[in-house]
Formats: sequence, structure tokens, C-alpha cells
Amino acid sequence: MLKGKISKISGPVVIAKEIAGARMYDVVKVGDMSLIGEIIRLEGDKATIQVYEDTSGLIVGEPVISTEQPLKIELGPGLLTSIYDGIQRPLPEIAKKYGEFITRGVNVTALDADKKWLFEPKISVGDEIGNGDIVGIVVENGTFEHRIMVPPTLNKLHKVTKVAKKGEYTITDTIVTLDNNVEIKMKQEWPVRIARPFKKKLDPDLPFLTGMRIFDTFFPIAKGGNAIIPGPFGSGKTVTQQSLAKWADADIIVYVGCGERGNEMTEVLVEFPQLVDPKTGIPLMQRTILVANTSNMPVAAREASIYTGITLAEYFRDMGYDVAMMADSTSRWGEALREVSGRLEEMPGEEGYPAYLATRLANFYERSGRTMCLASKHERTGSITVVGAVSPPGGDFSEPMTQNSLRISGAFWALDASLAHRRHFPAINWIKSYTLYVDQVLNWYLTNVGADWKELRDKAMFLLQKEVELQEIVQLVGPDALPETEKIILEVTKIIREDFLQQFAFHDIDAYCSPKKQYWMLKVIINYYNAIAQAVERGVTLQQISSLPIKNEIARMKEIPLDKAVEVLTHLADKINNEIVALEVL
Amino acid sequence: MSNKIKLVSSEYRTVNYVTGPLVFLKGIKGVSYGEMVEITLPDGKVRNGQVLEISEEMACVQIFEGTQGIDADKTTVKFKGEVAKIGVSVDMMGRVLNGFGKPIDGGPEIIPDEMLEIAGSPINPYSRAEPRDFIQTGISAIDGLNTLVRGQKLPIFSGSGLPANELIAQIIQQAKVKSGEEFAIVFGAMGITNREASFFQKNFEQTGALQKVVFFLNLADDPTIERIVTPRCALTVAEYLAFKQDMQVLVILTDMTNYCEALREISTAREEVPGRRGYPGYMYTDLSTIYERAGRIKGKKGSITQLVILTMPDDDITHPIPDLTGYITEGQIVLSRSLFRRGVFPPIDVLPCLSRLMNMGIGDGKTREDHRGIANQLYASYAQGRDLRRLVAIVGEEALSELDRKHLKFADDFEKFFISQGNEDRTIEQTLDMGWELVSAYPDGELKQVKKEHIAKYRVKTKTE
Repeated sequence: MLKGKISKISGPVVIAKEIAGARMYDVVKVGDMSLIGEIIRLEGDKATIQVYEDTSGLIVGEPVISTEQPLKIELGPGLLTSIYDGIQRPLPEIAKKYGEFITRGVNVTALDADKKWLFEPKISVGDEIGNGDIVGIVVENGTFEHRIMVPPTLNKLHKVTKVAKKGEYTITDTIVTLDNNVEIKMKQEWPVRIARPFKKKLDPDLPFLTGMRIFDTFFPIAKGGNAIIPGPFGSGKTVTQQSLAKWADADIIVYVGCGERGNEMTEVLVEFPQLVDPKTGIPLMQRTILVANTSNMPVAAREASIYTGITLAEYFRDMGYDVAMMADSTSRWGEALREVSGRLEEMPGEEGYPAYLATRLANFYERSGRTMCLASKHERTGSITVVGAVSPPGGDFSEPMTQNSLRISGAFWALDASLAHRRHFPAINWIKSYTLYVDQVLNWYLTNVGADWKELRDKAMFLLQKEVELQEIVQLVGPDALPETEKIILEVTKIIREDFLQQFAFHDIDAYCSPKKQYWMLKVIINYYNAIAQAVERGVTLQQISSLPIKNEIARMKEIPLDKAVEVLTHLADKINNEIVALEVL
Repeated sequence: MSNKIKLVSSEYRTVNYVTGPLVFLKGIKGVSYGEMVEITLPDGKVRNGQVLEISEEMACVQIFEGTQGIDADKTTVKFKGEVAKIGVSVDMMGRVLNGFGKPIDGGPEIIPDEMLEIAGSPINPYSRAEPRDFIQTGISAIDGLNTLVRGQKLPIFSGSGLPANELIAQIIQQAKVKSGEEFAIVFGAMGITNREASFFQKNFEQTGALQKVVFFLNLADDPTIERIVTPRCALTVAEYLAFKQDMQVLVILTDMTNYCEALREISTAREEVPGRRGYPGYMYTDLSTIYERAGRIKGKKGSITQLVILTMPDDDITHPIPDLTGYITEGQIVLSRSLFRRGVFPPIDVLPCLSRLMNMGIGDGKTREDHRGIANQLYASYAQGRDLRRLVAIVGEEALSELDRKHLKFADDFEKFFISQGNEDRTIEQTLDMGWELVSAYPDGELKQVKKEHIAKYRVKTKTE
């Protein structure tokens, strides 16, 4: 057993001496209270440790014991619906054992070791299996097929010598034995700072549908892609993240509340079990794992929470599922890095952030992707889509976290405080935002949504861009100075903004909008534009057009139920044509 | 720490280095991180401190009452063997205490029911109960548009000279919940002036609130570093009242800007790498350990609601103090100098205001079914009107369309009638009805944020129709 002594304590950073032989990133138990920490610097026989719990009460000279293991998390049946802290300690268990306030030195396991799961084998004795192969399944929560895999630690294929019969087992019972005497259990462990292996990365060409019009129609991302949502406080980062977690087209959601508010996690815990997935009819909570390290919980565990989250995501990806990970907020993670770096007295980079910030961010985001999963047979693909919120100080996008994240991410969904102030939600700025995935997902949209999807989208984007230019003129000379042909652009972009882009996350019907309905809504609007453009050319005035009651029908498009949407909207498009053509020139 | 009580407390005379509020001691053994310290000056005066950093050679101690008069020779330092604690009791209500919780109103010493660590522990997110009981403050801009709920933390972003204190006093006086329970008030004053302190004291006396107030008072000329412990003492008492005595507690903290200044002072003295504007990089974490101590807990009757005042230096909302606060708290109420100059009270600029927990506290059965819709409509219309004001300044009102003129008029009326209310105490129904009256100037088609059926039910028919 590797043992040393505390020689210095400064906030979450503790220095241990006489601990020669300790390895970087090994987990240590610090002091008489056995606080959990991780070695982040070595110097001779001294080790610098970041401690995942509050350090007050520690005394110089107390023991430091190395577990000689890196920070690992447990993976196996029972993960779904769980809520963990940053280092995968289950919060409900902590509450049961230690009360409503989180104490220190708690000792609980991530997965319930006593619970029995119905295991159904999928291989037989004599089969040759290797890393990542599925040996059997467990059905979790009545619907989710949890695929039990060979942990990716074998060197070659091995013959199966023993397989457990279909029946109830705990996660630590041996279910498969191989010819090299390796025993496979339902539970496996994995160090969080190392990416789980896969066969190869694939091009992301399927869209990651969110049910939100601004994303699916204007700034779509692909399954296996990543996006960042930067925005000042109050611009709706968390509401957007939660909406994504609710409606996103994924099999599993890993939601990491990293240094954010406690009540927000409560909201998720209260709300998700009541909400039902519109596609499967299963409560959303059953596909969700929460990692909650609120802002007042120890700062070093906040740093680890992001890695815990992505490792959980990788585990489900390896089974062949599409996983979405929401990280709210990556800025708090960056700040945790900065705080620890400051205590280590490292030379600061920009705004006090450590110089390795960009590297760490890249390492994290690159763990997303669509992959061919590790397996010797039954090929399968899985994906991890990462959506990271960024909280730039003062809403200033030039700060290091936003800029470094931008360099790596494939989509930029810029939140805008002025939109939020006028209650335009989601407050995504359509001019500043961008996505790099349109070409990759285009095929899917053209075949599944509509052949003119791209034209409609481009037309709408063009009009919105044009609006910005026109608004500048209006600001100078007033709206009357514009010719009718340009006034109608302002008329239509107002409709796009208010009746298409605005989407209220708490509305019964509008909270989720299918791609088909989105397409038809946009089609109606563009159709309206084309019709009035023609009418204006004939000499009809804008006054005549805007007094038509049809405008109100467009404004209420959002409220059309999904199952009737296509029918009603097709009809509406025709109606618009007829009514506007019928307008007579005065 | 409670689980490690030392039998002998140790005394040292090894002051080696003093800088700002910090004292460095040599040759210290067996002292724990965060331990409380008592310092006896050569003239016999006693001061308090806390261990900030320890190594084998040196201990760094912050002195709450300042380091003036400390010498390297005769000053003795006693380590008390425990972290900072405060004795709590229900009898603290109606008392005035200093920033450490010692009575300064001339009354008897407080006999504590319990000694609690002021640092507190984070509430397990799993154990939190959802805040959802609507608090009626009687102020339209808050109740109607940025609803406060029990268990929320909501700061007031003020500027120097703006009437945040008056607003808080009005809220304290008018705040009620449907179930009719009264609030106990814990008031943590950090570095406020004598004038402000006596304003609150007089106000509490006049309104009869005094008996339910625990008043922690650290005045502007009191020791700066004491401000580091004042909010923590106040919140420890609040937690005791809320979660052990089942009370509904309203915690008022003023002014957090002074707290952050104190934090910066210590950080600078420790020669730490400064973050933005010289504030320490850990200020977010530090502030969160204060703000996050609001909320409700499953299975407990009590709650802690925080109202925090902070002064935005130079009215700059992007300054690190309001900025970091806004990222932790559940919304913010922002006061505006231009409204104040125009005589609007309370001068709440609703556009940058937000209550994140609003949705949990409003709607059918809590306030009224149309609340969300009408609030959004008021916001959208007011934002339009505000934008147009700029345009009007350039092109004149004649150049506007009829609808735009409606927006413009709406924005003026909204400020004049809805926001500005003086000392009136409005019920939520009055607030919402007034909102409907204001939006009734628009044709139905323009009311895009409200539900059709609500328009039919609540819209006030204008006289012309």
C-alpha cells in the first residue's frame, strides 16, 4: 500500500510528501476522513492532489493513501434513471445514508450490487468472442435493451467455456467464462479520462433531430456531431438544453449539470418522469442519466463530472445506441480547471485560464462522433452527440472558453440576450449562428422531408439576412422610404421570426415540432411571400394584403396538432394562393 | 471539524509576516485547514481569524477585524481546534447582531440551542424539493412579469443612488403566500452605511416586522474581512429556522458588492493570480456557496428564499459581480436609472429582468391560467415600443405605421401605470387585469403570445368598440 503524509493544504489542492511511486491521475484517499482526490502533479516524492471534497478540517501530517488506480466509473445495468455526483456517487443513496446535506468521506457504490437482473445469454459455449462482443442482454425498466459486452481489455479472440443460463443474476456474478479463465460480469469499470475504444469513426450523415425549428430547419447538426450554445445569463441556455434533452432524437440522454444551480437539477428530476417521449411513449426519465455537480459542490469534482458524463455516453454508444450528452455548462468546467491551475501556481494563459485549456476541450469534444462499434461479429454503429453550453462572462463571445470551443465544434448556436429580453425563445440569433453539417445531412432531408427543403431554407435565410440590411435603412430614414417590394420582405421576416422561429418550450403542442411540420410551416410562409410578391407586382398594396385574415391563420400554425399538420398546412398554402390572387388592384 | 475535537488548544507567538488582512505564522503543528483562530494583541485586545492555507513551515491566517496593532513579538495566536461556528436559537429573532452573530443591541447574550458550522454543506440536489409556492410581493413588475416563488434566490441589481432598499422594504412589508404563513426574516447587512441601517431598523419598527427579524449588521466602518463571514452566519441561522424550526424564511443580503470587495482584498493579499478586474478566479464558486443555500427540502415544511441586493459598479451589468451572480441566481431584478429619473417607482427595467422559476409558481390554481401568456405579451409589446422610441427620435412619429404608434403608446402607458405604482400593494388579479387593459389597445391578431380562449375571456373591450 502506497502511503504518504499531507504537507500542505490550500483549498481543494493538497500536497502529499513521502509518497514516492505514486502515478499521475491515480486516486488517493486523503486524511483521516478519507476524502477522495486525484494526483495531478508529481515532483520527487511529492504529489499534488486535487481533492473532490471540501478540505476544511484536514491537518498537516495526516495520511494520504493511494488506491493505485485511476479514477474509474462503474458501467452496467442500473445506470438509467440514476442521478450521480461528479465522480459517480449516487445522490439518492447519499441522501438515504447521510441526510439532505452532502457530507464528506461518503462511501457508496455507483451501481446496486444486490439487485438481481434477468440476464438472457446471446452466445453459447465454444463461440469465439472478442472485445466489445455482446454476450447477452438485460431488459432495463421494462423496455430498454441493455447489451452486456465483453470489456475491451482482451488481446485476442477467446473461446467461451461457460455461459450462465437465462436467469436472475447480480452485476457481480460471473456470467461468462473464457478459455483464458477471464470471467465476465455484467458490471465493468472504465477510467474516465481515457476514451473507450471503437473500430472506426464514420461520417455523420444522419440528422440529430431536436423538434426545435431553429435547429432542425436552420442549423441542423448530425448524429455524432457537436454544437455549442454560448450565451449570457438569462438567455435561455438551460431551457434550451433541457428542451434538447426532452425531445432530441436519441436513445440515451446523459445530462451533465456542471457547476450549475441545484434547483435546475430538481426541475429535471421532477419534470422528466412526467414527460413522455413522443415517439416511443416511454417516460423521458427512463432514457436519462443525470450527473449533477452543482456550483456549491466541490470544484474538483466539477472538473471530473464532464469526463464521467462522456464515459457513460461512450458505454451506451458501444452497445450500438445513439447517445446525446448535454453539458451545462462547460464554462464552469473551464473555471474549475482555472481554479486548480491557479492553486498549482501554474503560469496563466489568457484570462487566467491554463494554457492547456484548448487541448483539454479538444480531447473532450473529440470523444463525440458516429462510430463503428468494437465487435468481432454483429457489426453495429453508435453515436455520441455533444451539446455544450458556454457561459461567457458578460456575454462577451471573445473570451477564451467560447473561442476555444468554437474552434472545435461543428455548430454554433449563439444565444442572444436582446432576443431573450423581448421573450423571443429560443433566443438563438439566426444571423450569428452557423452549422457545418448541412451538406452532410442534406440527403436525409431531401428524401425524408421534402425535395425543395434546401431551397426553402436558403430562401428564408436570405430573407432574414436581407431584413438586417433593410432594418439599418429603416433606422435611418423610416419604413416609409422603402419600396413596396422591400416592405413585403419585412412583413414576411416578421412572420418567420414570430410564427416560425419562436417556439415556446412549455407549450403543449408546440414544444415538439416534427421535421415534416416544420417543412410545411416554412413552405406556407415562403408560399405567402411568393404570392404577395406577385400581387405587389400587379399593383396590390401591402395594406390590402396585411388586412387579410389569412395572416392570423399563419400566426396560429404552431398550434396545429402534429398528426393533422401536413393536411391542414397543405390546405392553408392553397388558400393563401387563392385569396391573394383574388385581390383586386385598387 | 466536529469529528476531530482537540483536547488542548494550542497557542503560538510565532508571527512571522503580516500583510493586509493576513498573518503568517511559523512552526505551527497539528492545525487544521479552515480552523478558527483567536489572536491576542499586545494591548490585550482579542481578534478572530481563520486558517486559509497551511504547510509544514507556515500557516496563513486571515484576521476578520484587520491587522492593525499586530506585532511579531508579543502577539499570541491561539488555535481553537474547530472551524467557524455560530450558536443558533429561535430567540435570535428580534435581535440585532454584529457580523459574527454577537448581540450589539444591548440585550442579553443569546443562549444557543445548537452550534452550527457557518460554512454549511451543499444540499443534495436529489433532496431538494421544487420551489413552487407563489409569493405575492404586491409589485406588478415582479408578480406579473418576474414572479418570485418560495425557495428562490433572486438578486436586485441596483446602481448607486437607486432605491433598492426602499423596494426591499416594500417587499418585506407586503410579501405573502396563499397559505397565509408569515415570513421570518434574516437580514445580513454587509458594509452598509449607518443611514441605510437605520432606514431598515426604523422601517421594521414602524411596520411591526422587528419581532420576526434577525438582524446581522456589519456597517461600512466595521472590519472589512468580517463581511466574509456575515452572509454565512446569516444563512446558517436561516437554515436552522427553516429546516429545524419549520419556518418560512426570507433572507435579505445587502450589499453583495461589499462582500466581493472583501474577497478581492484577501485574494490580493495572498498574491493570487487575479481573474477579471482583479477578482479571484474562484469568486464564482465562492458566491455559489452563499446563493445556493436557498431552497426547499423534500419532507421539510420550511423554506429559504433569498433576496440579494448588489450595486452594479457604474451600472455595468457585465461587471464580474452582477455577471457571476446572474449565472448562479434564479433570475434578476434590474433597476434602471432612466426610469428612476423619470420618477417611476419602483424603477424596474423589466426587459433584462428574469425569474427562472416563474413557470413553477404561476398558472391555473397558483395565480391564474392566463398569467404566462399575458406576461409574454406585455414583454413582447413593450420591447417593440422601446425599440421604436429610438426610431421616432430620428424619423418622427408621423413616419410610423398605425400599429407602430400603438406600440409606442403602449410602452409609455406600461411604464406609467403598470411599472410605476408607488407604495400601492396590488393583488395578482389586479396586476393581471391591468396587463389585459393595456394590451386591449391592440387588435386580436397582434396578441400572438396569448391563447385564443384567453383573449375571449380576459380581453377588455375598449370603449371605441
